Amino acid sequence: MTYNSIVLVKQVPDTANIFGEVMKPDGTVNRAKLPTIFNPEDKVALELALQVRDQYGGKVTAVTMGPPKAAELLKECLYMGADDVVLVTDRKFAGADTLATSYVLNKVIEKIGNFDIIFAGRQAIDGDTAQVGPQTAEKLGLPQITYTEKILELNDGHIRVQRLIDGGHEILLSTLPVLLTVVKEASVPRPFSAKRVMAYKNYIPPQLTTEDLDVDIERCGLNGSPTKVHNIESVILSAGDHEIIEPTKEGLGKLIDKLMNDHIFG
Amino acid sequence: MKKSSHEVWVYIEKKHNNIADVSLELLSKGRKLADKLDGILKAVIIGDNLEAMAKQTFDYGAKEAIVVEHVDLKDYKTMPYSRILSELVKKHQPRIVLFGATFVGRDIAPRVASNTLSGLTADCTDLQISDVTYMKKEYPKLLLQIRPAFGGNIVATIITPNNPVQMATVREGVMEMSPLDKPVEGKITKVPYQAEELDKLIQIIERYQEKCKVDLKCSPIIVAGGYGMGSKENFKLLQELADLIGGKVAGSRAAVDAGFIEHERQVGQTGLTVRPKLYIAAGISGAIQHRAGMDESNKIIAINTDPDAPIFGVCHYKIIGDAMKIIPALIEAYKNKLK
Repeated sequence: MTYNSIVLVKQVPDTANIFGEVMKPDGTVNRAKLPTIFNPEDKVALELALQVRDQYGGKVTAVTMGPPKAAELLKECLYMGADDVVLVTDRKFAGADTLATSYVLNKVIEKIGNFDIIFAGRQAIDGDTAQVGPQTAEKLGLPQITYTEKILELNDGHIRVQRLIDGGHEILLSTLPVLLTVVKEASVPRPFSAKRVMAYKNYIPPQLTTEDLDVDIERCGLNGSPTKVHNIESVILSAGDHEIIEPTKEGLGKLIDKLMNDHIFG
Repeated sequence: MKKSSHEVWVYIEKKHNNIADVSLELLSKGRKLADKLDGILKAVIIGDNLEAMAKQTFDYGAKEAIVVEHVDLKDYKTMPYSRILSELVKKHQPRIVLFGATFVGRDIAPRVASNTLSGLTADCTDLQISDVTYMKKEYPKLLLQIRPAFGGNIVATIITPNNPVQMATVREGVMEMSPLDKPVEGKITKVPYQAEELDKLIQIIERYQEKCKVDLKCSPIIVAGGYGMGSKENFKLLQELADLIGGKVAGSRAAVDAGFIEHERQVGQTGLTVRPKLYIAAGISGAIQHRAGMDESNKIIAINTDPDAPIFGVCHYKIIGDAMKIIPALIEAYKNKLK
């Protein structure tokens, strides 16, 4: 039996390289001005999908929603081995929070259809919310397994997955289709294939816009986002975040008190 | 905008048949938010045998505990837990719902938000109630959801101006836990559980939390040493500290390469990724590869002689000095507290 996967990927700002001028006045980020990378856990999600295909057969389709520039990311998916890619892009999708994003992704996934597993990274490094995966699963009415560490077995319409839980692991058996979100330790993404880089270097990924999708515009982008950015303050790195503990008997004693108060030990 | 309620709900998470600390912290914060809204605090608990836990929420100011009990609900499962909570939220339209930003909270909250079309903000570091002017409109008593974003480069204040329900998750240890001197007279409201087909799509085959206690990945405390520890002999000091505070010893790649510690205990990109409650980094400079394996730890203490060591960029407590002197001093300080 073969299994088809859809992988949700995102191009994210390299959060180690953010400066004030990339913020727009409305508080959202001007992504076009940032150095961008393949969200690390999404890349691991794609790797898992490719492993499933390599072992069982089927097809891997990578999907991203973002500005036209996100086509670069989809080319990287092709270089790694994805069979198909879809770029979901429209100005009307801009400014979406996780709810509006999941609304559009669910419409895209319905349109693509014919899937057994949806893969996504646990979270993206720009927001660290870990919300889009579960919110999309809910909209699709699918079961979900978050914090996936390992796919143990695929068999006759079922999948056995090991996931992280607080202080341990659990093994779940799910029916298909299912949505999995993947943690970074699940696998190491394969390098690009030189042959595929040559083949897809000038490829232009197909696009889906509001016109191709059965979407209610009021539920997309900033309009469809219940959460709004009210205010943004820049943080000066390396100055504020930590507390300096004096290496004296008194200083260390106070540190122990703090950790005891926080129930970390004692 | 629909007329909104003044209820603040806290989703109560269980840990070893008790209420998880993070939920008690959220009840403490939720009580203050409810006061500002002139509203009331309610706890929602799903599981089995919940009487004692429901009563405990009254110690923290919950006026009502909404309890859904059934033997099939003993362990957390995305379904049916999220379905049950979504139904309760839709029916009662609380103004605010708070969750721990835990494995469970981050699994259930987005599903409930998606189902009820509510705004949800992850990993808030502060929550306040304030009147807000947004896009030239006045919104009385909104929940300000304050959180870091973009890898900690900015702090954003998020609001949910136009929806009846505002949801947020908060990490453990962020809010203060403050029980009342005198518990409130709360009531327990039991809601029956009705199973649905969807609830059975996923089964738990195995769960091993216990076994994991010997495993570095699951240890709540990790004492890690780097090349700066100087020798294999010196790692014994780390072991002594770890034994004392209930932790495990780990090392950076440089320490492993130098033969100070075995490869199985290497933390970092080419080793293990860990998320303990406490990570002590002694004599570790903090190369990006190492930080990638530990920067999600709840609290990080970094000890290094170099005040500009990159490890200090991800730590919560910075100690400048020689680990060989500071570790014994820490051991001493801890022993003194136990006396």
